[in-house]
Amino acid sequence: MRRLLSHRHAPALLFAAALTLPFVARAIEFSFLTRVGGVVGLMMLLSLGLNMTLGYVGLFDLGFIAFYAVGAYGTAILMRAHVPAPLAAALAVAAALAMRALLGVTILRLRGDYLAVVTMGFGEIARLTLNNLDAWTNGPKGLQVRPWRPLAFLGAIPGLEFVRKESNVQFYFLIAAAVYLAAEASRRLENSRVGRAWVAIREDETAAQLSGIPVARYKLLAFTLSAAFAGLAGSLFALWDQFVTPESFVFWESTLLVAIVVLGGMGSISGVLLGALLLGGIPLLMEATLSPRLIDYRYLFFGLILVLMTLFRPQGLLPSARREAELSS
Amino acid sequence: MLAQQIVNGLSLGAIYALIALGYTLVYGILAMINFAHSEVLMMGSFAALGAAALAPSMFGTGVLALAGLFAASMLAAGALNATIERLAYRPLRRHSRLTPLISAIGVSIILQNAVFLWVSDQSLAFPQPLSGDAFTLPGGAQISALQALTLAAALALMVLLHLFVEKTRMGRAMRACADDLEAAGLMGVDADVVIAVTFFVGGALGGAAGVLYSMSYGSTKYNLGFLPGAKAFTAAVLGGIGNVRGAVLGGFLLGFLEVLSAGYIPNGAQWRDVIAFSVLILVLLARPSGLLGERVAEKV
Repeated sequence: MRRLLSHRHAPALLFAAALTLPFVARAIEFSFLTRVGGVVGLMMLLSLGLNMTLGYVGLFDLGFIAFYAVGAYGTAILMRAHVPAPLAAALAVAAALAMRALLGVTILRLRGDYLAVVTMGFGEIARLTLNNLDAWTNGPKGLQVRPWRPLAFLGAIPGLEFVRKESNVQFYFLIAAAVYLAAEASRRLENSRVGRAWVAIREDETAAQLSGIPVARYKLLAFTLSAAFAGLAGSLFALWDQFVTPESFVFWESTLLVAIVVLGGMGSISGVLLGALLLGGIPLLMEATLSPRLIDYRYLFFGLILVLMTLFRPQGLLPSARREAELSS
Repeated sequence: MLAQQIVNGLSLGAIYALIALGYTLVYGILAMINFAHSEVLMMGSFAALGAAALAPSMFGTGVLALAGLFAASMLAAGALNATIERLAYRPLRRHSRLTPLISAIGVSIILQNAVFLWVSDQSLAFPQPLSGDAFTLPGGAQISALQALTLAAALALMVLLHLFVEKTRMGRAMRACADDLEAAGLMGVDADVVIAVTFFVGGALGGAAGVLYSMSYGSTKYNLGFLPGAKAFTAAVLGGIGNVRGAVLGGFLLGFLEVLSAGYIPNGAQWRDVIAFSVLILVLLARPSGLLGERVAEKV
């Protein structure tokens, strides 16, 4: 499995395969599948972001969802001010990066679980602020976003006419492309001087410092960059759903992301993607396919799956080869 | 006015402190955040409710009914916490520190949904065994019977915990394990037993808090544990996680903070959690290991 995944062309082939999903969904008349694919894609983007801090550098973050919220609300507010969608998205990502950098400068000297609880606190502060600042965010009632159809032009191509009307399909393609680019960016970073420095910090911060790695600066870099993925995911989410409320950014979402990264395999891109596919996709698919008698049980099943997966694959589904080599030596 | 706020802050803080102790005891030994602790206290409150359903006299008032509720909740929550440790955390003890955290999240989802599906998705009325009016204290503040009970019960449990940890053989073994799990094992301490006892004690304290919390709301619900659990965890970190005195200090501080910001700041009720978390962040920036935590080098 790992040899197959580490093949040079594997990412491009997987991406190409992923692009066929809307056609498959259409062929089997299960268009909900495309929506599931889009939601899973957003999970993948978020998890790749968290993987950069938690997976590579070992910075335990329990409030990552706050930057998803910044991306979503930033886009929504700008869209309501009649800013063109691509510009709104870019500005929202920039806002997420700036806030993350500011937070990082302040709190990154905290270690381990103290960092976790401070990020959790920040996540809650962000959500409650969105909830309470009625003048900007319309409070718990949420904000409507005007529609944007990014890929309507694809409808001009023979055979793709159906894409013109279906925002789910258009956003699915957009999200898939974003995931591909994010995974590619992660891979390149991981194999660069920066990525090696990150892993060195994760394994032993003191030793890394003594080897001449500017630990504080590299931590801040990973911490900040990860927000680009979260901000982009949030922005796509707001444009796609055309509606944002504070409800979408609760603490539970942050813990789910930690579960995806840890269960997928910390620091392993393919593992994190697989984790997001399973943990993000299973609840939605259960919602769509379980019989009415069983549908109420879906979260119970989800909890069981989480416990069993942890007990049977404590090292993660697809642990990173580098990490495994370190642990066994 | 201020005297009243102090009374309210003390009784809310006492509940947080009891829950925070459960987090900190476990953390002290395993360096693990027991994410399922909120659900343990919720289950404790449901166990008390179940006992009351079996013995309807517990819905009445009186010392006996009160004792019954506490006994049922504390025993059930303690046993549940120890069982969770055995099934979901112990097999993972040799793996990354974050792994048991994930199974804890799974356990917490299972427990919430089990209650949601098989007991009730609604708030259920909780027994109110206390009768009697509020006392008026010298400063003019009123203290309700429930607040008095909360303070007394929390204080008694804290003293008992202190005696247990400092004066008994098992307590000494717990301190040894918290100091160095491996070395304690080499000295002949049965770490598995000590850990099971620690989870039981922590769970029982959570169960007591569950009863007090449900009584203060007059009802219990499948998601009752989440909010006080998350706050008490914050309190434990504020005080310095792993430190028993720190958990108590953090619990009371958080209780005060909440009550005072709701009482004195315009729109404070809406912003009190924001204020509490902001203070937490500021305290940790000034004291990166919490108020009473020791400065130790650690790795994730």
